[in-house]
Amino acid sequence: MLARALYPPKNHLIHHPTTPVGIETPVGIESIGASCRLILNASFWVRLCAGVIAVTLMPGCHTRSDGAAEITSSGLSGRLTVTGSSTLAPLVVEIAKRFEQLNPGVRIDVQTGGTGKGIADVRSGVADIGMASRPLKGNETDLNAYKIAADGVSLIVHESNPVQELTQRQVVGIYTGKIDNWLQCGGRDQSIQVVHKAEGRATLEVFLKHFQIDNPDVKADVIVGDNQHGIKTVAGAVGALGYVSIGTAEVEAATGTPIRLLPVGGIAATTAKVASGEFPMSRPLNLVTIDLANPLVRTFVEFCQSEEVHDQVVAQYFVPIKK
Amino acid sequence: MTKWSLSTLSRLKSDWLFTVVTRSSACVAAAIVFLVVAFLISESIPAIRQIGVGRFITDASWHPLSDQFNLTPMIVASLTITLGAILIAAPLGISAAIYCQFYAPTAIAVWYRRLIELLSGIPSVVFGLWGLVVLAPIVARLGGSGQSILTASLVLGLMILPTVALTTQAALRSVPGEWLAGGAALGFCRSSTIRRIALPAARRGILGGLLLALARAMGETMAVLMLAGNVVEMPDSIVAPARTLTANIALEMGYATAGHRSVLFVSGLFLIAIVAVSVSLAGFGGAVDE
Repeated sequence: MLARALYPPKNHLIHHPTTPVGIETPVGIESIGASCRLILNASFWVRLCAGVIAVTLMPGCHTRSDGAAEITSSGLSGRLTVTGSSTLAPLVVEIAKRFEQLNPGVRIDVQTGGTGKGIADVRSGVADIGMASRPLKGNETDLNAYKIAADGVSLIVHESNPVQELTQRQVVGIYTGKIDNWLQCGGRDQSIQVVHKAEGRATLEVFLKHFQIDNPDVKADVIVGDNQHGIKTVAGAVGALGYVSIGTAEVEAATGTPIRLLPVGGIAATTAKVASGEFPMSRPLNLVTIDLANPLVRTFVEFCQSEEVHDQVVAQYFVPIKK
Repeated sequence: MTKWSLSTLSRLKSDWLFTVVTRSSACVAAAIVFLVVAFLISESIPAIRQIGVGRFITDASWHPLSDQFNLTPMIVASLTITLGAILIAAPLGISAAIYCQFYAPTAIAVWYRRLIELLSGIPSVVFGLWGLVVLAPIVARLGGSGQSILTASLVLGLMILPTVALTTQAALRSVPGEWLAGGAALGFCRSSTIRRIALPAARRGILGGLLLALARAMGETMAVLMLAGNVVEMPDSIVAPARTLTANIALEMGYATAGHRSVLFVSGLFLIAIVAVSVSLAGFGGAVDE
């Protein structure tokens, strides 16, 4: 429940809600007098206290009555801590919610902090399961990765852009500032706006690794946060080139947003091609553990890999894994 | 006699209660500021100790994962975008307040004021979305991607306009009616009364409102993040992209691990320092005026 509150659904554009600063209208003498009377008024205090008490007791209404003897199919109980990749967190939060419903004795806490933190936490024992939005590296062989979904990264351009495909060399040239007009890539005479992602984003790492670009060499015109921000930026600038998660882009393009997904290495950018493993710019989304000795950890990992959660994987715009 | 002293007693008691409540509320408000600053400092210390304050200004660029930590372009961007927003909001807001207070018929003034209050209630995300989908493509015709200092300043200007308009109107309303009547008696026309009497008398209130607006503009994150382009480079024109300190924190915090995270807290500390400096500068300006 806590985890649910922390992670809004992924398709929301905004991850950081900011409360608008309220405007304090300066109070005149009359209204100060009025508020004095209000404060001195006994019934005001009664109402205030009642409000405070109500708010204090509120959480009690929401807590599940764990005491009630519930019959669980598995008989599992206990608490799991999952930390790591923020790409993966919204999906795992959804899956955890369903898992908690099926096993009322189980409580799963999902926290983020990046793939690196997930791996460090599993090693130190702080977390039972880590989330990693990349394959394990050579120095991480002490851990086991369990793929629960896949994600592809695709280049996107504005719908009106006549360019059908870019070569590896052209993409590198555009992102490092050596090519700045679509004319040089067989397009119209139109300057190119390079849409890049903020440092630390997982899609950025996949993109840079695939095209072998060093991040400090990138000459960007716009740096965006999440995929939706990238898509809206490209949709609003006819000369833009960007890269985003395929699942999100596919849905947006299908619902009329003026963007087009470019193929990479001759392979069309579709979730189907990611699922079949043909699409080159893709990555696994993994759960990471030391071992599966704990039955609760094993059951949860198996649940995440099962077909029961495929609808949730698709709802988060990722590609489910077919066994 | 007895009756009199009883009522005095109860009055003293309610006075005492009122003092305690207001005093403790004031303490809580002050303590929160100190707690937040203390938290920022404690989170920044690892980075400052390891990197040193100087490198946040002298490094070649901002690439925290490649050990480059130059915050200067973001400080410049924060200041430029805020200045742009104030330049847009101040004339519009002050004129709107003057119109509303002195020229508009009562019925229109009431509804106009409500409209301005509604404007202040629009969430920044909605402003950002509108700017991204509607305004950015228009600004893009001037060159670039449309996400630029200009776009961010325009939208931010609209966002702080209600603050300026409402505080200015409140300040104008508190100018004593006799002064205005005195102006009329001297044969001033309405515009002279406003320029010579109302505005000078309300100056402190208007300045305070501008300051509130400035602090809000400096701290605004979401709309600026969506509209400014976020490239960390020294901006060379108003249609160039730029990244503010707030956008930097919002963009990278979710993904930052230990060292990088601490560096982001340093940019928060810089932001607070800039706001503190501008607030005290404005206060100083006000004091000199007295």
